[in-house]
Amino acid sequence: MASGGDARFFARGKVAELRAELNSDKRDKNFAKKKITLKKIVANMTMSNNDMAALFPDIINCMEIQALEIKKMCFLFLVNYGRMKPEMAQRALPILIRDMDDHNPLVRALALRTMSYIHVPQFVEATVVPLRHLLRDSDPYVRKTAAFCVAKLYDHDRDLVEGSGGANEQGLIEGLNGLLKDDNPTVVASALVALMDIWERNESIRLTIDHTNASKIVQILPDCSEWGQTYILEALMAYVPQETAEAVMMAERISPRLQHSNSAVVLTCIRVILYLMNYIADQKEISTLCRKLSPPLVTLLAKGPEVQYLALRNALLILQRRPEVLRNDIRVFFCKYNDPIYVKVTKLELIFMLANEDNIEEVLTELREYATEIDVHFVRKSVRAIGKLAIKIEPAARQCINTLLELVSTKVSYIVQEATVVIRNIFRKYPNQYESIISTLCENLDSLDEPEAKAAMIWVIGQYADRIENSDVLLEDFLFSFQDEPVEVQLALLTATVKLFIQRPTKGQDLVPKVLKWATEETDNPDLRDRGYMYWRLLSADPATAKKIVMGEKPPITAETEKLDPTTLEEMCLNVGTLATVYLKPVNQVFRTARPKRLTDSPALQRHTLPTAIAEQAHRRALQSEQQQQQLVEKRTSEEGMGNLLGGDLAAAVDAADDYFSGGGGGSGTNPFAVSGGPVAGGGQYVVNQNAPQPIYSPQQGGDLLLL
Amino acid sequence: MASAVFFLDLKGKPATIEGTSRCQRSRSFLFFYSKPRRRVQPFHRASRMKVLMLVCLWSPACSAVAQLNERIYHQYLYIRHNNLYVLALTKRNSNATEILLFLHRIVEVFTEYFKELEEESIRDNFVIIYELLDEMMDFGYPQTTETKILQEYITQESHKLEIQARPPIAVTNAVSWRSEGIRYRKNEVFLDVIESLNLLVNSNGNVLRSEILGAIKMKCYLSGMPELRLGLNDKVMFESTGRTTRGKAIEMEDVKFHQCVRLSRFENDRTISFIPPDGEFELMSYRLNTQVKPLIWVECMVESHSGSRIEYMLKFGLTAYVPKAKAQFKRRSTANNVEIVVPVPDDADSPRFRTNIGTVHYAPEKSAIVWKIKQFGGGKEFLMRAELGLPSVKEAEPERKKRPISVKFEIPYFTTSGIQVRYLKIIEPKLQYPSLPWVRYISCASGMNGFYFNNCGIFN
Repeated sequence: MASGGDARFFARGKVAELRAELNSDKRDKNFAKKKITLKKIVANMTMSNNDMAALFPDIINCMEIQALEIKKMCFLFLVNYGRMKPEMAQRALPILIRDMDDHNPLVRALALRTMSYIHVPQFVEATVVPLRHLLRDSDPYVRKTAAFCVAKLYDHDRDLVEGSGGANEQGLIEGLNGLLKDDNPTVVASALVALMDIWERNESIRLTIDHTNASKIVQILPDCSEWGQTYILEALMAYVPQETAEAVMMAERISPRLQHSNSAVVLTCIRVILYLMNYIADQKEISTLCRKLSPPLVTLLAKGPEVQYLALRNALLILQRRPEVLRNDIRVFFCKYNDPIYVKVTKLELIFMLANEDNIEEVLTELREYATEIDVHFVRKSVRAIGKLAIKIEPAARQCINTLLELVSTKVSYIVQEATVVIRNIFRKYPNQYESIISTLCENLDSLDEPEAKAAMIWVIGQYADRIENSDVLLEDFLFSFQDEPVEVQLALLTATVKLFIQRPTKGQDLVPKVLKWATEETDNPDLRDRGYMYWRLLSADPATAKKIVMGEKPPITAETEKLDPTTLEEMCLNVGTLATVYLKPVNQVFRTARPKRLTDSPALQRHTLPTAIAEQAHRRALQSEQQQQQLVEKRTSEEGMGNLLGGDLAAAVDAADDYFSGGGGGSGTNPFAVSGGPVAGGGQYVVNQNAPQPIYSPQQGGDLLLL
Repeated sequence: MASAVFFLDLKGKPATIEGTSRCQRSRSFLFFYSKPRRRVQPFHRASRMKVLMLVCLWSPACSAVAQLNERIYHQYLYIRHNNLYVLALTKRNSNATEILLFLHRIVEVFTEYFKELEEESIRDNFVIIYELLDEMMDFGYPQTTETKILQEYITQESHKLEIQARPPIAVTNAVSWRSEGIRYRKNEVFLDVIESLNLLVNSNGNVLRSEILGAIKMKCYLSGMPELRLGLNDKVMFESTGRTTRGKAIEMEDVKFHQCVRLSRFENDRTISFIPPDGEFELMSYRLNTQVKPLIWVECMVESHSGSRIEYMLKFGLTAYVPKAKAQFKRRSTANNVEIVVPVPDDADSPRFRTNIGTVHYAPEKSAIVWKIKQFGGGKEFLMRAELGLPSVKEAEPERKKRPISVKFEIPYFTTSGIQVRYLKIIEPKLQYPSLPWVRYISCASGMNGFYFNNCGIFN
């Protein structure tokens, strides 16, 4: 279009001027002048937000002109002001209804579309009758438009649509159902969309697609436009296979769609195949299908960053449900230097999940590179991932630690701090194995200024107070600024000082009273005070028990707890490619009104392979062993006192303690308060809770699957 | 399914708005949104929605989808194009891929209509944009998005009364991408096989990652409704038909086809058969994960002198051999339009260059030196020295962006993977005209390698 085209119409035209122009009697060949005036009006109305409603009567006069362009602009005006001036708009109604009988299908469809856009009761009611005819129009273009109109009407007034069937007239929804038998594929796809749209809005409607219907719509799949294919595939999610052979056949029939160039078709097809797999019993078939899914998913990573991001989020999901799909593809998730940060972070999560003993070397080289990038957030996550890999893959712990030490030697402050935090977790996981690295950590004490890193370092000093030669000096340095530290660090300091005293009484005897005094008298934080009192009493009552409790065995930690819970996972797998997968949260948390999707039961459903069923089994087993353990713990507590409580599961331990005390067994001379408080407060400090958000570096990363 | 589509300028003011009339709620806050004159203030005054816009448009690390608060009903998906944001809203758990692709398609269609899509062209064409969006999306569901078809009934010239436009049959036809009645005097097809290779090479010269991304692009000037069949040296097909060939067959990891290709047919017997759209389009794209031997190597030596001067020495050349696939052409290959981009520190100045081939210039906006060579043959080695000054005052913490050296070039007449077009059959049952297919192969590269090591980049 020529430069300086329509832009000149933005000059603010006064309503009166425009009216005069519209009604001018001058000769106007092909309505050229009228068109220009109308463009001015539309410009004023939409782009500059000037009120043009006063021109309504003049616009209605123009609607009679038989020129498509003029009609379109008039209709635009009508849609824009129809709701504001319903009485005036009604005068346009007869024109619209007449247009719906026009010989040109384009005009018929346009009139119908316009009418359905106007949310005025009279318009909505007046649409019903012509719509019923247009659903059976001779032109597929009009039928397609009409199908969407039914869904629009339903949106405006659902009772009207539901009650639209008369004594000898069929209702609109039946009409829509009739369109499903249309011989034009586009019309069928449109009717399907409209039905699904209506279904989404009303809980009481059921959409059932049986095998015959499903086969029919799959048959027209190749003849639909790319969007039509997406709709049909989405509709297939309402099909419940009754036999496992049906599911296999359906999956095979739609699998050519994986070769489509439109990513929406591909991802939706992946969703349907994943869904159908739930109904397939034969493991061979499943692995064949899984092999088919892998290449298209990887190819999506060559698309633009937005689509790539979606593909990655869905890969996180698929990986948890069907690990075999992506098992051998870790290299494709390695970051490119120019990936946007949100893509990089998601790739990092995937790398972590796919890492195993065989590829750890490759992964570590890669992560080491990431840790020297410039984006601080990403660097931190990479360092954290290395530490977590050490916990996840036991045989590779040594390698991971070496990589971490290399990074620490860069002396870059945030890398050192992040590494300190993860090294503490490694000490937790592998006690008394890698103490040689403590000296390296101690070299970098000065660069620690973040609470989490400080607390981690203090924990290490306290835990290994007897091996660090100058542990008392180091602690004293930290204690110097005790009052100014955040609670997190203060708690760590308190515990570490007590540990120092227990392990090396001579070195710690000056520090402990000082710290206990601060903690109990000079602080207003209840947690700190309570813990201070607890230690105080513990130490004064029975130093031997105190040692057992404070230096007791800690519950093991794992890095494998980041997975989605099975119910969510199951639901998310039915929503591959949708917005919910971006958040990886249950659909109803993001979309309050959304209709929840669940796997429908059928004889073919492979119930025992579902994540929920597997989790239930595991839970039952865990419950049994927990009961056994609890009995064991109870036995042991009565034999050895309370110290070993720390070794068991935390909740079980607390329960056991409750049982113990309610049973009146607290006769060992310990303060009951201190004992039951001990594991909770003291233990809570050390447990690497992988589920809780790491408070400092990723405050609201709720959507992230992994908190690296 | 989208509730509305917006065009916003970079400040977030709507350039034009298309409410697809999905819901009144979106309409009413469009109104809000189009009013503000100042940038930030309206976001506080108006409803919660505005704040979200802010997050979604101005947050530096924003992802494709931003959500501020779970209580908010709308989800925002957007892409950026030139100085525009194209934004879609949705209230439901919609198919996100579909919406994002639709936004991209809008950009494609508008670009073909207006040559360039930017703020100015939106203002110049708002009426036709309304018309187009009305056809491209109904009730939030994408409809016809083929430019060629849309152009048949939505034109920039006003329609005459007597020949009023009708919806092209293609809109609802099974062949939704081509109209009937196309006529050419000379029937020709041009096939371009373009392969780009992504290689990552570490400092030791080892190939860390290699991936071939190939595409077959077509320019189709054929009359009527021709049936085309394309034969490639596809290994899977050779194996399934039990055929043995002398040439090399290639194994494609994943293939994606334009919607015109009959996918079920390909699934059955690997035949690529289709009725092509008119004009230019990408017929297929494919991906190969084979280990590729590097064709071009780059060596870079960096020397830093007393912190105030930095010197680069670059050597590179084209390996003399030609891949086996084209063994019959035993000649030295040449590379065209070579461009080597060497990243340098952001604050470098006073550049000096010496080279025995091509031109070198310093591009401060990219913080890089760009070495361009029109053409060169294999088997030789080329040298370039660059010297740059650095400010004598250094920052406390030298933060180095690790960007790789990248090399772009084209090598005509062969493909890295060895893919070959064996035949292209064109049959138009009614017209039966003779036609001329032309095939052209190009390899190009967008590669990268590590930086700040003594590195060596090898690309093809």
